[in-house]
Order: sequence, then structure tokens, then C-alpha cells
Amino acid sequence: MMDWQGQKRAETLMQILLVVFAVAALGIGYTLASFQTMMLIYAGGVVLTALITVPNWPFFNRHHLKWLDPSEAEKHPKPQVNVPTTTKKKSSKNKQ
Amino acid sequence: MHSFGYRANAVVTFAVTILAVTCAMVSLSDNFNSPSPTADVKVLNINWFQKQPNGNDEVSLTLNISADLSSLFTWNTKQVFVFVAAEYETPQNALNQFTSVTACSFVFVAQVSLWDGIIQSKEHAKFWIHTTNKYRFTDQARDGPFPLYLYDTSLLMYITITSSSIFLLVLAIGNNLRGKDYNMTLHWHIMPKTGKMFADKIVMTGYYLPQDYK
Repeated sequence: MMDWQGQKRAETLMQILLVVFAVAALGIGYTLASFQTMMLIYAGGVVLTALITVPNWPFFNRHHLKWLDPSEAEKHPKPQVNVPTTTKKKSSKNKQ
Repeated sequence: MHSFGYRANAVVTFAVTILAVTCAMVSLSDNFNSPSPTADVKVLNINWFQKQPNGNDEVSLTLNISADLSSLFTWNTKQVFVFVAAEYETPQNALNQFTSVTACSFVFVAQVSLWDGIIQSKEHAKFWIHTTNKYRFTDQARDGPFPLYLYDTSLLMYITITSSSIFLLVLAIGNNLRGKDYNMTLHWHIMPKTGKMFADKIVMTGYYLPQDYK
């Protein structure tokens, strides 16, 4: 699975590439007066975009999540907040 | 999840959306084309003009149709359907339901197709056609299941399919064809590869049928 920045990068890259290919295909097709050329350029663009943005390339995995070491986590245990309040709530619920 | 399948789906979905937008732009680009088509229809001969034994007028024409429709073609044109119609005013009658008719005060304008064709490419858009006398006007009103009071001014048209791409409309005009003036109209419908369909016509006036049978 891609890292978070990679996912964002893949998404925006995909959208930009497709729009750019569509505009280029439209422009070239119009100037050459060839509908077929436009469709071929766009189809090529879609395939290229898929090849670039669909596989999980290393390019999209340059910002690995830095997990804390387990020993480090044990040194700083998760603060147990609001334990008394929850018991209170439970007790109040029971009363009602 | 940002899996392979998720990203592939996103690419395909967005690509199809953009494709739809592109097709709309292509259709809009057709509006930049300002065509200047020309057409000329000559009635070379009236082969016969007679009253049939059942009392209906029948006309046979030899036509020479020349037209240059190449300016109609754009990069978004798939083909152009073109037909030549005779158009004339006729007293209102119930048979109009079989024709393409537009109301015109107390008379109707009847439109009768005499020839048609499909132009597939710009190279074939400048054409010249000499039709034979098989393209004729025949009145078959009295054969139809129509009320008696219609018979004097009756008009009937029906379609005979002669081939896959060319069909004729055989016209029935009743007894009121003698001395009739009519327009020859070249209609076309532009069928695009994508988007809006355009239709227009060229009207040519000053055609007359003779006063007497021939």
C-alpha cells in the first residue's frame, strides 16, 4: 500500500495527466481535422496514465510512516483518561 | 484502502468523464463551421403526365440533380443524408397524415420526396445525378381506405423501398396537378460522429407542371 503522500500524488497526477491528454487530443484532432487521431491520442493517454498511476511504483513510497519502536511505546504508556468519569456515567446509567 | 483495483477504477471513471466532456466540445466545434452548399435541380423532361383510369394524376419526371455539399463536412461528420423533395400547396385533406406537412392557413404544404441518398465522405459530396423516369408522381388516393369526400382533393404518398440506401416516395396528388407550381427543395441532415445533428435545406422555386396531360 502506498504511503499517504504517494496516494495524494497518484490521485492528482492521474487527474492532471488525463485532462492534459484530453486537451492535447482535442487540439491536435481539431487542427488535423481527424476525429480518429483525437481518439487514438486520448486512448494512448489513458493507457499511459493507467501505467503511471495504477501500479504501486517506488515513486509513490518515499514518505514511509515512521512508527515508534515498541520499546519506546512501552516507556510512554497510553494515558488512561477519564476512567473515573466513565465509571460514574455507567453508575448513573444504572441508577436511571 | 488505496489498492491497485481502487486506482484502476479511479482512472477509468475519470477517463470516461473526460471523454464525455471532450465529445461535447467536439460537438460544439461544429458551430464554427459556416457551410456554403450549392444545389441545382433541373426538370429535363416531363416523360408523361396523365390521368390514370382510376382518375388520379400521374407524373413522371426526368431530373438532373447537381449539388456541392462538401462544405457541410467537418471533422465530426459521419455522413450526410440528402433528399430532393417537391413541395407545393394543396387543399387540406385527411391524407396529410401520411406526408410531412406543415400547416399554412387554409392550405397545406405537401412535401414529396423524389430522390434521396447518403453521402459518406467529403469526396463524394460534390455530385451530379441524372435520374430516370422511374422517379414519378403517382396518385393512388382512390385505392386507399379513405372517405369519399376526400377524393377530389386527395393526396397520398407512400414509401417504396427499392434498395438499402435509396428509396422513393411515390406521390399521389389527386386531380389538381395540372398547372401546379411547386418548389424543388434539397434537404440534408448531417449525422455527426458525436453530438448534435444539423438539418437544413435549399429551396428552389419556379417549377410548373403543364396545363395539359401529356
